[in-house]
Amino acid sequence: MATAVTPESTGRRRTWRRLPIVNQLRQSVGLQRGMLVAGLVLMGVFLLTAVFAPLLAPYEYGQLRDAAGPFGAQAHPSGNHLLGTTVGGYDVLSRVIWGTRTALYVIVVAVLLSIVIGVLLGLVSGYFGGWLDRVLVVIADAIYAFPTLLLAIIVAIVISGGQSSMWGGVFAAAISITVVFIPQYFRVVRAETVRIKNEAFVESARVIGASNRRIMTRHVLRNATRTLPLILTLNASEAILTLAGLGFLGFGIEPSKAAEWGFDLNRSLSDVTSGIWWTSIFPGAAIVLTVLGLTLVGESLNDLADPRLRTRRKAADTPQGMAEVAVVPGGTLTAGPGGLAGLETGGDRL
Amino acid sequence: MTTTTTEPATGAGDPATGVPETRKRRGGGGLGSYLLIRFLLIFPTIFILVTTVFFLMRSTGDPITAALGGRLPADQLAERIHEAGYDRPLLSQYWDYLGGILHGDFGTTISDRRPVTEVLKTYGAATLELSVYALIVAFLVGIPLGMVAAYFRDRAPDAVLRVFAILCYATPVFFAGLLLKLIFAVWLDWLPVAGRSSTGAEIQLQTVAHPTNIAIIDALQTGDGEVISDVLQHAVLPAVALGLLTAGVFLRLVRTNVIGTLGTGYVEAARSRGVSESRLLRKHAYRPALIPIITVIGLQIALLLVGAVLTETTFEWKGLGFQLAEYLQARDFVAVQGIVALLAVIVAVTNFIVDVIAALIDPRVRY
Repeated sequence: MATAVTPESTGRRRTWRRLPIVNQLRQSVGLQRGMLVAGLVLMGVFLLTAVFAPLLAPYEYGQLRDAAGPFGAQAHPSGNHLLGTTVGGYDVLSRVIWGTRTALYVIVVAVLLSIVIGVLLGLVSGYFGGWLDRVLVVIADAIYAFPTLLLAIIVAIVISGGQSSMWGGVFAAAISITVVFIPQYFRVVRAETVRIKNEAFVESARVIGASNRRIMTRHVLRNATRTLPLILTLNASEAILTLAGLGFLGFGIEPSKAAEWGFDLNRSLSDVTSGIWWTSIFPGAAIVLTVLGLTLVGESLNDLADPRLRTRRKAADTPQGMAEVAVVPGGTLTAGPGGLAGLETGGDRL
Repeated sequence: MTTTTTEPATGAGDPATGVPETRKRRGGGGLGSYLLIRFLLIFPTIFILVTTVFFLMRSTGDPITAALGGRLPADQLAERIHEAGYDRPLLSQYWDYLGGILHGDFGTTISDRRPVTEVLKTYGAATLELSVYALIVAFLVGIPLGMVAAYFRDRAPDAVLRVFAILCYATPVFFAGLLLKLIFAVWLDWLPVAGRSSTGAEIQLQTVAHPTNIAIIDALQTGDGEVISDVLQHAVLPAVALGLLTAGVFLRLVRTNVIGTLGTGYVEAARSRGVSESRLLRKHAYRPALIPIITVIGLQIALLLVGAVLTETTFEWKGLGFQLAEYLQARDFVAVQGIVALLAVIVAVTNFIVDVIAALIDPRVRY
């Protein structure tokens, strides 16, 4: 975090302590720390489940029978099927576990794509300004105001025609989410870039003769992307919700190709009326817990970044780390000696 | 969605007004010029969305093949494509489409051959009704709880309420709907499972002299208490499912803003005069904290519409969203495109209206 840190303290502090999450974890106290830790734990469980899905799941996501014969449809939870089976005859537990993988793939692809494109556009647009900037801002605002899921539906139709294989489905969902997210990254990065490019240190760099490209990558980008961990977690959770929404409307991935929670919920819609609860509660709970974890982390990061909302430590145990606050847009980045010092060390790590 | 809730705190950009910086300066501070610029800004927004949707949808091929391909012989298919003009150059189709929209023609559905605007007339009222109920739930739940959370800042009630708010956001609206349905309609059997009214009430509703298709208004026209209560009972679960989604947003927003205003100078001054904490909250900090909500409602309209699509599907609430899902199943992409374009217009216009209201209430918005 490039902020007001005195040179000596920078030297003493180890790099890992200044990594986004670690830094906030050290900074938090009490309830806020509890929320952050709970969120991180949920995220950890999600990641581990996704990685070790083949080991954890009793059956394959598309498996309909084992050595003993077909599973049967809508079977009650039992020893063989801890969470029962779906109307299509799949094992609920296995599909919930495999679903973490699909969700993770979509998050990774969507967030990577939208960050790369959004940050790049925001940086270029904010730095150079002009007519391109104005056009991009109007387009971004138009898309930003539009209901995300509707746009995602259109993009999903275009990409996959509505039905798809595993990777086709993952990319369809991820790209449709990307289209919706790009404006968000674009707006934040652009706003920051516009502010930062007028700072004294950028002017100094220009006076020295640094090229536009160097200023953009070394000086502006580093400072304009400080809020990204926050947006990233919030967008990851929105990606899951959009994927589930698409699946629920029938634009998910076919059950034989991969497990997807929203699709399973769609199939359980009629089960609910007849009192069959296990087909809907477990995939739904998986969505809620995953989004909850991501949102708790995102919320905590947001609160810690906002001086108005940050729970303050008691004056006695205020560590030096308190001075180092991740500043959100609208906050101040002092361009004084401290700011420059932070900037220089930051530049080395790019 | 989520970033917007953090917007008042972070102060990044101005999402609801969406006015680029350059225009702010030119606005010169007058309400009139602000409104004019804001009004003119509707058109590029609609234009961009409609254009994007048009070219995206057409890039998959013509809609008739998508809807009927494989079901009709090739020559009949070609005939219908020619009849509808989908074999003409894309750009000339685009001009016709834009021209049609200017005249309020959003196309005709393929599956049931109805003008999209008629679909809106038939089903729009139901969606409007659901959205209003949901907003009422959101206000009743979100604002008081947000104030409570701010009052008990960083103590147990605050913690519980904040987790509740996050849960409201984290629960997909259709899953919330499924849960409510399971608990209150199936297990407890207190409320109806789905639909907008039971069969008996529906027959009575159809006899109304001036049908509005807003179930509660029609029910009031019948003057039959049973019909009214039947209609209201059907509305409870969808309204709560959709309302809680927005309630979480309001709760967090009110909390953040009340905490913000509680720290300002005039509240400090009132406190030093000996005004009690609860009165400070109710009279001093509360009102200014509500202004951002008005702006956020504009963004909530988009969220509500998405939520309505999913809620209506869950509860078979026959509104625009339910119909959209039906057309999606039928691969009727002309209908999908028309409804989406229509919703784009609705969103753009509502955002404008909300911005105007915000500007009238809060002079700071006018630049």
